[in-house]
Amino acid sequence: MVRIGAFLVGLFFSGWLLISFLVGAVAYVTEPPAVTVEHEFHRDPKHVSFSFDGPFGTFDQAQLQRGFQVFKEVCSACHSLKFVAFRDLKGIGYNDAEIKAIAKNWAIKTPDVDPKTGEMSTRAPVPADYFPKPFANNVAAAAANNNAIPPDLSLMTKARHHGSAYVYSLITGFQPQPAELLKEFPDAKTPQGLHYNPYFANLNLAMAPPLTADGQVTYGDGTKASVDQMAQDVAAFLTWTAEPKLENRRRAGLATIFFLLIATGLAYMAYQNIWADKKKAA
Amino acid sequence: MSFPWAEQYTPKHPVMQWVDEKLPLPRLVYNAVGAGYPVPRNLNYFWNFGVLAGLALMIQIVTGIIMAMHYGANTAVAFATVEQTMRDVNAGWLMRYAHATGASFFFIVVYLHIFRGLYFGSYKAPREMVWLLGLVIFLLMMATAFMGYVLPWGQMSYWGAKVITGLFGAIPVVGEPIQTWLLGGFAPGNASLNRFFSLHFLLPFVIAAVVILHIWALHIPGSSNPTGVEVKGPQDTVPFHPYYTAKDGFGAGVFLILFAILLFYAPNYLGHPDNYIEANPLSTPAHIVPEWYFWPFYAILRAFTVDFFFVPAKLLGVLAMFASILLLFFLPWLDTSAVRSGSYRPTFRKFFWILIIDVLILGYCGGAPAAEPYVMISQVAAAYYFAHFLIILPLISRFEKPLPLPNSITEAVLAKYGKTDGEPVAVPAE
Repeated sequence: MVRIGAFLVGLFFSGWLLISFLVGAVAYVTEPPAVTVEHEFHRDPKHVSFSFDGPFGTFDQAQLQRGFQVFKEVCSACHSLKFVAFRDLKGIGYNDAEIKAIAKNWAIKTPDVDPKTGEMSTRAPVPADYFPKPFANNVAAAAANNNAIPPDLSLMTKARHHGSAYVYSLITGFQPQPAELLKEFPDAKTPQGLHYNPYFANLNLAMAPPLTADGQVTYGDGTKASVDQMAQDVAAFLTWTAEPKLENRRRAGLATIFFLLIATGLAYMAYQNIWADKKKAA
Repeated sequence: MSFPWAEQYTPKHPVMQWVDEKLPLPRLVYNAVGAGYPVPRNLNYFWNFGVLAGLALMIQIVTGIIMAMHYGANTAVAFATVEQTMRDVNAGWLMRYAHATGASFFFIVVYLHIFRGLYFGSYKAPREMVWLLGLVIFLLMMATAFMGYVLPWGQMSYWGAKVITGLFGAIPVVGEPIQTWLLGGFAPGNASLNRFFSLHFLLPFVIAAVVILHIWALHIPGSSNPTGVEVKGPQDTVPFHPYYTAKDGFGAGVFLILFAILLFYAPNYLGHPDNYIEANPLSTPAHIVPEWYFWPFYAILRAFTVDFFFVPAKLLGVLAMFASILLLFFLPWLDTSAVRSGSYRPTFRKFFWILIIDVLILGYCGGAPAAEPYVMISQVAAAYYFAHFLIILPLISRFEKPLPLPNSITEAVLAKYGKTDGEPVAVPAE
């Protein structure tokens, strides 16, 4: 009884799947799926190498500080960094006094309540504060940015495939729309107010090119601030903001795996030892 | 519930004798996973995965309880509290990554455990109850994993919850009220998140309870073995401790090394980047995909594209997806071959490997976008999946000519080691 029932159920599901397959195959041949402009012109992130690549890579603190400077002078005008606090900057090599000064002089103030009147007010951030957001809310952010909300950057490099290379590619990837694209997809012209960028998922990005000229930021350590350099530095900085514990994790991993290899080796010898008499011919 | 030659628990220390009289808990443990449980001497490494699944469950419970101490089950703060755990809690990143990677390893181990059972016929009499309880554990695991994935309240959490509860919406007439009832609203929201957190905390302990039943049911007939030949006498078995505790110790070491490699060096490899974007009901991700361990079932769900008269394709997909798991409950009665082990079933073995490839193909298609050619491939693969269990397997078991079985476990072992002239063999016990 069970087997007859099973046979009928199996026949139904398998049969209907094969019929669905035939219907789909006929449709596939008669009306091949249209190629989309994103499919044809979207590009995977460029190849770029960072000091933290590979299992033993570590952050380059000078680069993180340069990237922080790019974030501070360029990105932070529109993008928030809400999961990172000023105190966290210790992780990229600033000392307490420097962090205090960075917080105090930050261009955006931290919202607060006036302790005397109870009215909403603002004050200079302190190291314990998270980076204040540039816009009071999403409506304000959209209103100021051609109806697009600049995303928070704290986790950006983990929120995209190959995130570090993606950030670098996106920043350096602005270009005029290719002529072949418009020839093949005349309707896909980049709308007014958007910017063509093949590294962006739907090719047209509301953000204008943020880094436009070499020397836009003046690095304190004498590194030449080419657009390429600044893009790499800020991508490295955002990799740190997304995964500040990366170096701890890799160090802990090395110790753990070293320990486990020894323990497993001993466990294997114990296993062989215990089984020795059972693995011989009697 | 054991073989007559099982070693007896005889406490020597007066305190242990006193405990044994009042509460024979040490005796229970001794008989369950100690020297009091005789096990076939010829188990291969595939028999390690039961213990490893137990280890994975314990890792999940420990890391999960610690994470729960820092988690806020409220849509306003859930995403942020997870990030705070990652950044500001001592070793919080370790707990979080261990829990996320641990879920994947739990499923890897359980899938290997299930395929071990399929190949070696572990589901057959007298061990049907072990198999059925194992499937209950598997279903509970799937529910737990699904609800756990919602908790960080990222984009995939939100949209995954929406799609999966939407499956119930496909049921005619009562579907939509059921979906609303499950979510506590018309879309995933605070009520859904709270109940998912509550159940995600509860279910692992239910799993632990069913694991105890699973082991209890196993200990009545005793463990199966790679030949599928029943234990005939004391020469066929060794005590679980120290023989298999030693082997499991080595297995656990290998498991933990692989686990550590992924956990410390590629913790986000098996996750989806979209879940690092906070849930946004107004922005649908381009491709909504579940975690990898659900991909084969997700492919079956999406393989139904044509309505069957008045039955919509979506409902067929939902029914087929549930059927693809539920049919495993009937397996002990679908496969009637008296021979258990695939090693002695030449035809069965070929189809078994086709099934493995088929499930891998389904998994690949389930993770791919719902576009051609993936849908067509998953249609053929899903058709084979159902045909394999419901049509091919019963037919094989009727017509196949099995190879001759060894007379006993010991004979099979000696045939393997007989030619070594008493030298210790480097090959581990197989």
